[in-house]
Amino acid sequence: MSVLSAQNLKKSFGTTDVLRDISFEINEGEVLSIIGPSGSGKSTLLRCVTLLERIDSGRIAYSDLTMADTPEGQSKAVYSEGAVLQQIRRRFGLVFQNFNLFPHFTVMRNIIEAPVRVGKKEKKMAESEARSLLEKVGLADREKAYPCELSGGQQQRVAIARALAMQPEILFFDEPTSALDPELTGDILKVIRDLAEEHMTMVIVTHEMSFARDVSDRIIFMDGGVIVEQGDPAQVIGNPQSERTRAFLSRFHKN
Amino acid sequence: MSLFEDIARILPRMMEPLSATLMIFVFTLLFSLPLGLVVAFGRMSRIKPIRWVAQVYLLVMRGTPLMLQLIFFWFGLELGGAGFSRLQTAIVAFSFNYAAYFAEIYRGGIESIPVGQHEAADVLGFSKSQTFFRIILPQVVKKILPPMGNEFMTLVKDTSLAQVIAVVEITSMAQKIQVSMVSLMPIIVAGIFYLIMNAIVSKGFSLAEKKLGYYR
Ligand SMILES: Nc1ncnc2c1ncn2[C@@H]1O[C@H](COP(=O)(O)OP(=O)(O)O)[C@@H](O)[C@H]1O
Ligand SMILES: [Mg+2]
Repeated sequence: MSVLSAQNLKKSFGTTDVLRDISFEINEGEVLSIIGPSGSGKSTLLRCVTLLERIDSGRIAYSDLTMADTPEGQSKAVYSEGAVLQQIRRRFGLVFQNFNLFPHFTVMRNIIEAPVRVGKKEKKMAESEARSLLEKVGLADREKAYPCELSGGQQQRVAIARALAMQPEILFFDEPTSALDPELTGDILKVIRDLAEEHMTMVIVTHEMSFARDVSDRIIFMDGGVIVEQGDPAQVIGNPQSERTRAFLSRFHKN
Repeated sequence: MSLFEDIARILPRMMEPLSATLMIFVFTLLFSLPLGLVVAFGRMSRIKPIRWVAQVYLLVMRGTPLMLQLIFFWFGLELGGAGFSRLQTAIVAFSFNYAAYFAEIYRGGIESIPVGQHEAADVLGFSKSQTFFRIILPQVVKKILPPMGNEFMTLVKDTSLAQVIAVVEITSMAQKIQVSMVSLMPIIVAGIFYLIMNAIVSKGFSLAEKKLGYYR
């Protein structure tokens, strides 16, 4: 069964149609990258499946739990009750472009706050798990630091550890390296690569084409709120079928 | 008559007014700090009538003189048969008035926290109240310390307005003694009292700012 299934998602802001009939699925252990020009609706898509935005119509389900569905013959999506949504929130994690760490908490507290307060995990247990996560992202010695004492790349790695601490079934990344200096992106990409090797289910919005090609099982190219093309990374990036995909990718090959 | 004797005559008579001044200061903060938060929430509410009530409240409290409000509450509570003392009435009026100023400071602070903080908390599954009290409010407190310091210091001085409903506080007592002594000394002593109180307030705020200076 798919971890996440999205069908016929539609979303508009006022008169702007941002998502126009988007459907995709992602299976356990799969890594899916979403590419596309800025403004094509990639962030909105991630925000809709993480409950930061509400879809107008369509259906979103996390394996057996339905987040929202549009009843037959109706045009408005109906969301499940709060308790179900809260259960669904426990299944995914989201890593933001600009990290959004809590500045008043130490690195350790950033990571354990949700497992302890939301997950009701014992503090000692959460701390020891946090330490192994910090080790995994290469920040074993920084647990007492505050976010402002870390570089952007380090902050993003803490943000990844924070998301992982809730043991999500699926992890979303919205341009995780876009706010970083080019020389700092490598550390983040390595962490994501390691996660891919451990078969973490991931959806990654990115402009790092060669990274997307290497790490993904599948690539979606979005433009103007629709999925223009999707498939095997070598296929979509190496030999795109659509003219729009070719035009988009040519901008990356040039420089 | 020596300076020392003057002061020795003034100080004992100032103790009761000093306690009135301090009571107004402390109890006003005790009531208005939380009340201000409620008003701030009202002002930011998604429900239009609630927002509207909060806006009218803010306009009235900030748009009319505190002295007028004191008189209004004194006669209002009198007519209503609330049986409040003059000091209690002053505390009520001050609390409603200062809550309006605090509300706007809170609102500014809350709105200045990046939306990403709410979103990160939401995705991690924090409830609305956990998000507010654990993630947002601590950051707001740090941001609003400077304007709050100003308000606290203004409140110390504003307590003198309570004399309009015949509360015997520092300024009115100083004036009374001054008339009988025909000396400036009582006025100077009163001034020193306010200065000491505000020096303590100011010190308190710089300590708090230092304490919260560990991040960003
Ligand atoms: N909250 C919002 N209100 C209005 N318009 C929005 C909002 N969020 C996104 N948009 C619009 O939706 C479109 C897609 O944005 P976005 O999903 O951020 O694209 P991408 O992430 O692919 O760059 C853009 O035209 C953007 O201006
Ligand atoms: Mg985006």
